[in-house]
Amino acid sequence: MTQVNKKLEQVTVLFAGDSGDGIQLTGTQFTTNTALYGNDLSTFPDFPAEIRAPLGTIAGVSGFQIHFGSVDIYTPGDLCDVLVVMNAAALKKNLSRLKERGTIILNTSGFDKRNLRLAGIEEGQNPLINHSLEGFKVHEFDITKLTRECLKESSLGAKDRDRCKNMFVLGFVYWMYNRKIDSSIDFLKTKFASKPDILEANVTVLKAGYHFADTCETFSNRFEVKPTKMPIGSYRNIIGNQATALGLIAAAHKSKLDLFYGGYPITPASDILHELAKHKNFGIKTFQAEDEIAGICAAIGASYGGDLACTASSGPGIALKGEALGLALMLEIPLVIVNVQRGGPSTGLPTKTEQSDLLQAVYGRNGEAPIPVIAAASPSDCFTMAYEACRIAIEHMTPVFLLTDGYIANGAEPWRYPKSSDLADIKLNFAKERSEEEGAYLAYKRDHKLVRQWAIPGTKGVEHRLGGLEKDKETGNVSYEPENHEYMVKIRAEKVARIADFIPKQELDSGSDESKLLVVGWGSTYGAIKTVVRELAREGVDVAHAHIKYIQPMPNNLGEILANFDKILIPEMNNGQLIKLIRDQYLVDAKPLNKIKGVPFEAREIKAGILNMLKQ
Amino acid sequence: MAEAKDIQEEVQKLTAKDFVSDQDIRWCPGCGDYSILKQVQSVMPELGIPKEDIVFISGIGCSSRFPYYMNTFGMHSIHGRATAIASGLKAARPDLSVWLITGDGDSLSIGGNHLIHLLRRNFNLNILLFNNQIYGLTKGQYSPTSELGKKTKSTPMGSIDHPFNPLALCMGAESTFVARALDREPKHLRNILMRAEQHQGTSLVEIYQNCNIFNDGAFGGFTDKQVKKENSLYLEHGQPLVFGAKEDKGVILDGFEPRIVDLTSGEFAKEDLWIHDEKCRNKANILTRFFDDPSSENALPRPFGIFYQEDRFCYEEALYEQLDTVMKLKGAPNLDKLLAGSNTWEVE
Repeated sequence: MTQVNKKLEQVTVLFAGDSGDGIQLTGTQFTTNTALYGNDLSTFPDFPAEIRAPLGTIAGVSGFQIHFGSVDIYTPGDLCDVLVVMNAAALKKNLSRLKERGTIILNTSGFDKRNLRLAGIEEGQNPLINHSLEGFKVHEFDITKLTRECLKESSLGAKDRDRCKNMFVLGFVYWMYNRKIDSSIDFLKTKFASKPDILEANVTVLKAGYHFADTCETFSNRFEVKPTKMPIGSYRNIIGNQATALGLIAAAHKSKLDLFYGGYPITPASDILHELAKHKNFGIKTFQAEDEIAGICAAIGASYGGDLACTASSGPGIALKGEALGLALMLEIPLVIVNVQRGGPSTGLPTKTEQSDLLQAVYGRNGEAPIPVIAAASPSDCFTMAYEACRIAIEHMTPVFLLTDGYIANGAEPWRYPKSSDLADIKLNFAKERSEEEGAYLAYKRDHKLVRQWAIPGTKGVEHRLGGLEKDKETGNVSYEPENHEYMVKIRAEKVARIADFIPKQELDSGSDESKLLVVGWGSTYGAIKTVVRELAREGVDVAHAHIKYIQPMPNNLGEILANFDKILIPEMNNGQLIKLIRDQYLVDAKPLNKIKGVPFEAREIKAGILNMLKQ
Repeated sequence: MAEAKDIQEEVQKLTAKDFVSDQDIRWCPGCGDYSILKQVQSVMPELGIPKEDIVFISGIGCSSRFPYYMNTFGMHSIHGRATAIASGLKAARPDLSVWLITGDGDSLSIGGNHLIHLLRRNFNLNILLFNNQIYGLTKGQYSPTSELGKKTKSTPMGSIDHPFNPLALCMGAESTFVARALDREPKHLRNILMRAEQHQGTSLVEIYQNCNIFNDGAFGGFTDKQVKKENSLYLEHGQPLVFGAKEDKGVILDGFEPRIVDLTSGEFAKEDLWIHDEKCRNKANILTRFFDDPSSENALPRPFGIFYQEDRFCYEEALYEQLDTVMKLKGAPNLDKLLAGSNTWEVE
């Protein structure tokens, strides 16, 4: 069977099915394969908060979108070219996300009477027979039946056999895009090393899906998406939370400190704990505490003892940590706090993404309590910024907030990973032993950066007491002196402000001072903004883009950059938070563009916002 | 070796004075905390631990000012969380001698959760729980150990909160060292402190402490000369449970029920009594239930001393054992390998 390969520049595929259909695994497998093939890519897993959401219902639909291409890719794609659906609910939920004349690959056994009813599709409205899919290219097969056929001889029970059907889909899609299936076979061999019958069944079905696509003659051609031209280097695929964990490990390793992680499981931050727990040969102490407060307090104790300490959580957990954050700030000890943001307030939307904890990070404590805040812009950037968070925390003796969000924490992209020797050195400033002749140790004496020493227990001659009460500016003893308190409040603020001298200058990601409009973003909106700004440039519309990664303090030159533009647009996945900080600090008339739907911006939404502002 | 010897010599030279910090003590005159501070300062030199390896960590409350007065490392942290902070410190630094200072509000109310989890994990550290059955620092509200009906500013009609029995709670939380002492029995307190430090695991010492401002005499039944011997039972491992001004009363265990017997009638001799065994969890559970109001009829005497001691692995031991195991299994860390992961490709 010889088919012509049709070349495509970029493709977006959305896999969707019931929570139990193995959609996330199918998606991550296709992602690994695509990355190894050399395509640039971006993914967006989207799953229900419930572990076993009601079977067959819209609420129970799990999705995994991947956008890959031979060109640079910065977002998981707006609308998709191919929609793979395992049941009626998945189709009903996602059909509006499919491009006109897009392709649907559909499992007919997910459209029986029961599934239609569970999906809330009225009798007579079955999309397989009511012609509603006529505008699309539909390829329908009974994937469940085909899977069962392949496994006639298998020793597995009926339930386990049916669970292999995602491999049929994966094989099928591999064939469509002219891919080898080896990476998935290797994966299955590792995953099911101790379960040979399950391994065999999965491999059989994967191959069957691949061959079926070849022989069923449903396609007149296969598709080819050539590898992307990327900068020279070594690459791997990386997920945001994994990158955050690696950044922490790398910083501990480089600074020759033990890494301590204290935390409490919470969506979508738990994977950081899971990843760290995998690499205990790096001497990582992971401590699953009894609650969020104990998580950060244990980290404070470990940092006081001289470990590089970290805690991670999401909005509600961060709220619980508030008082301890104030203590860490008063103690002036290093601590990294990762907030993998999700939809709020309260429990909010645990599995959905949002950027609505920025003001919580900047202001959310009692008293005058400045803490440096930085934010990652993409899955791989989580590595860079986690490393930076550790560097700032250690070199400036302060708690540091790292903001990521559910979108980049679970999303994946290719990563040109660094060599350990390329990573910046981290300077430690431990107090040294002192003899009595040297006089009393001054625990809060500061250097030119206004930073005190890290004076850990076990160091002879530097015994001192500290705590949450206001402290004397030098000894650290309790002080209620009015002058001293005002001085300490100002010095703590100045200490954080001076970090601006030790971070990179703000650069324009695209455009120039001459551009007609500046888009200012932060965090995970990076990809969508970049995609739009490039697209507009191709269309002859000159727009600049600055992406702020250091939010507190902001880069020293940000004010100058902002002053060059009459029109500034700030897209955020919240009700307008960075914009408050920018307006406050720079008195510029920036305009907001907000999306608060639990899902990332689509490039077209930002494009509309820019064009609209340009018209005014 | 020479270095170790030097350290030892230096440690031997330490006296109680070396543990007195330069800070003025701000507890109310007459507060029971003074006596406890003095005993702790005098016990320290006997531990044989260099001063710089000792850390006092406290939460919030009157007793939590304690670290400021010790010339060691110290942290006066936040309300109820000293337990969690000390856990992290011990995980990072098993080499340190960590002393946790807390009160009945700090550890049993706002910090109740962390206390029980610390006890079950059994980090090797010492908790001194100053129980004065009142909130002192906030000026006199009832606490989770105040007796039922307690009239305070926040309970003008009397408290309707059933109080905790702190040591029964600790037994329930899988504590490995449970003891009770009194601010007014310094010698006994010192002995208990020594035993607490020697115990490998979390040592919980409840110390009855008189708040002479807001709850004066709360423990008078166990401290007033006229009555204390009638109401208090001093536990000694391997010894019968004897009490009373003339050591004329004993306790026997009748099935599961403790019963007071008269040692003067000739019916019971000391050999017939309940022999204290600090290794016996079941008996310790019953002993912690000796919690009667001393003024009530047929009240069981309140025990002081070590109720229970168990040798169980400490959290930090297990933690480092796991790290060693995985290090042997996976080999020394290689950051470049970790960053590369298992699937990479080259762009040339």
